[in-house]
Amino acid sequence: MDYFAQQLINGLVLGSIYGLIAIGYTMVYGIVGMINFAHGDVFMIGGFIALITFLILVSLGLTAIPVILLIVLLVSMAITALYGWTIERIAYRPLRHSFRLAPMLSAIGMSFVLTNYSQVAQGARVKPIPPLITGGYTLHESADGFVIRLSNVQILVVVTTIVLLAIFTWLVSRTRLGRDMRACEQDQTMAALLGVDVDRTISMTFVIGAALAAVAGLMYLLYYGLVDFFMGFVAGIKAFTAAVLGGIGSLPGAMLGGLAIGLIETFWSAYFSVEYKDVAAFSILIVVLIFMPTGLLGRPEVEKV
Amino acid sequence: MTAPSTNTAKKTATGIPALLKTALVNAVIALVLFSLMVGIRTEAGSDGQLTYWTRFGEVAALVAAVFGGSIVIELLRQWIGPTGVEKLVPPVVQSGMSFVGRYLAPALLFVTLLVPVIFYDQRYILDLGILVLTYVMLGWGLNVVVGLAGLLDLGYVAFYAVGAYSYALLATNFGWSFWVCLPLAGILAAFWGVLLGFPVLRLRGDYLAIVTLAFGEIIRLVIINWQELTGGPNGVSSIPRPSFFGIPLDNSDNGLAAKLGIEYSPTHRIVFLFYLILALALLTNWVTIRLRRLPIGRAWEALREDEVACRALGINTTTTKLTAFATGAMFGGFAGAFFATRQGFISPESFTFQESALVLAIVVLGGMGSQLGVALAALAMIGGFELFRSLETYRMLVFGMAMVLIMIWRPRGLIGHRAPTVYLTKAQAISSDLVKEGHG
Repeated sequence: MDYFAQQLINGLVLGSIYGLIAIGYTMVYGIVGMINFAHGDVFMIGGFIALITFLILVSLGLTAIPVILLIVLLVSMAITALYGWTIERIAYRPLRHSFRLAPMLSAIGMSFVLTNYSQVAQGARVKPIPPLITGGYTLHESADGFVIRLSNVQILVVVTTIVLLAIFTWLVSRTRLGRDMRACEQDQTMAALLGVDVDRTISMTFVIGAALAAVAGLMYLLYYGLVDFFMGFVAGIKAFTAAVLGGIGSLPGAMLGGLAIGLIETFWSAYFSVEYKDVAAFSILIVVLIFMPTGLLGRPEVEKV
Repeated sequence: MTAPSTNTAKKTATGIPALLKTALVNAVIALVLFSLMVGIRTEAGSDGQLTYWTRFGEVAALVAAVFGGSIVIELLRQWIGPTGVEKLVPPVVQSGMSFVGRYLAPALLFVTLLVPVIFYDQRYILDLGILVLTYVMLGWGLNVVVGLAGLLDLGYVAFYAVGAYSYALLATNFGWSFWVCLPLAGILAAFWGVLLGFPVLRLRGDYLAIVTLAFGEIIRLVIINWQELTGGPNGVSSIPRPSFFGIPLDNSDNGLAAKLGIEYSPTHRIVFLFYLILALALLTNWVTIRLRRLPIGRAWEALREDEVACRALGINTTTTKLTAFATGAMFGGFAGAFFATRQGFISPESFTFQESALVLAIVVLGGMGSQLGVALAALAMIGGFELFRSLETYRMLVFGMAMVLIMIWRPRGLIGHRAPTVYLTKAQAISSDLVKEGHG
């Protein structure tokens, strides 16, 4: 039971990170109807920028951890958001009215560009950082000495995710931008006729998605203590799996799917085999799609002729 | 990364100040993008401590390149004129192009047949030719799924892997010959194609893409982790070479060279492999062309154009999709078996997502459905890849950029050929009340 509880905590933390990335996928899919294949690599770029900013700040002599974290968070969100904007501008906007496969292939190309760009720019080796946030709480100690621990990093990841989700939900449901986004999702032509700047709204969608991916990158860096140039691919596929699992286009679905994938992966590693954890996650995706093709919270797609 | 081309310049148009402003904005964006990622180089030291050093020179160079590049692009755009206007091709050029189009394929085939004769001494060119032909075959195989049936498959490499491992394991464990294993590899791959086909039947478009991608990853992960069977990351080595219908191509007394009474040379095997893959690729091409004329091929094309209409006309979409998957997978399996016998060694590293993307890029670049286009695209892609071999890490970067640029420049591929092979020969007027405007 204690072991189970510990794995539950680990799974929720991992799931939060996946959920943050998955929101980027689901938003873009909802509004432009394409899989932004490069999103996983945007997450990786976010991790790298967080790492570099952290290094600079430390070498400047800054020691207050909360200040460092805040600056790192803001810098990596800002720069990664600009990456998201640029990617949309270069690779997706010219193809907006092209046939269905074109933006997808352009996105795959962009993903290769980003992966290899950071390999060329930062080298192929794994970049570790010393643990920034240490300590934690012992929740429960059983008779045979097994300890359930909740570390401060885990608390930080979950709290940050919840806060961001709250801000994000507010943004989508209450602000002008959110209304524009929902309008574009329903009908771009009609939205444009009613005075919504469709191009700008789509750009902002990519910017927000990239900023959330940057936060996920920072959380990954803090939680695992390393980044490398290839981490975007697997994380990206899993986050997309999460988005599909939750029902693509649905924001709560993305978070729910992220948590589900995180939990499945953690429990599978804990009780069965670590090697096959990814196989388990992907198999779940296939099984879910067989029985609920629209995911857990997705709307059924109405087919028009 | 090229400069983001802002739309503002297109509207406010023309003067030099506007041009400079656009370029300046792009340069500032590039400065922010590259400042940390390129300007600061991090590396883990020997004691695990991270160190960093600055590279402001590179950043400056990149920003300058973006500045210059965006001026050039903007000038080019003004010089070419507004896009979206159909440019009429003069009839002389048109007839010339159709002439070339008609004779290009036979000419290419003829040249390909002669390659081992002309370049007999140049091992490198022969090897490259084999590689290109392998990708031509993979491209033609995937073309059945993507180009004809319109099902986006991002995990095609899984069938390639199934074929390669089928041959490798059957040959090393049971000593079966290549010619027995080749059909078996195809059948096994087709079987996996059907197995994948079943769950994805109800899915379409992007869901299908992601499930096939997941499937490809599952196959690769299983190969890596099932060490007792597949040797895990170490792969399978000393896979037997193919024989000339039972006669080995080696230096022994009953080898082909000895039987023919000519002097043995290792090049014989290479030439044999060249013609073998050429034959396999042509088989793929021939089967595809024949299938297109059969009801099943027609059904694939109909499925690609409109699934709902297809169902309304009584076409069984289930079997149509499954046969497309199985046919494509079978050719992938053949190619995989050939790959295993050529390399003599296979490992999971050869079957990554990158390969799937490369084959898909070949199919799309070739213009989805055009057999000639796929062959030309494979030649361009693999040849281009070889040109950049010396650049190593930059190679994939260039490949990715090329993919993006080609998609922007020609989203329909080099040879856009998606016209259905059957259509009404007589134009018929349709009453206006049968045609409805709008999205339905």
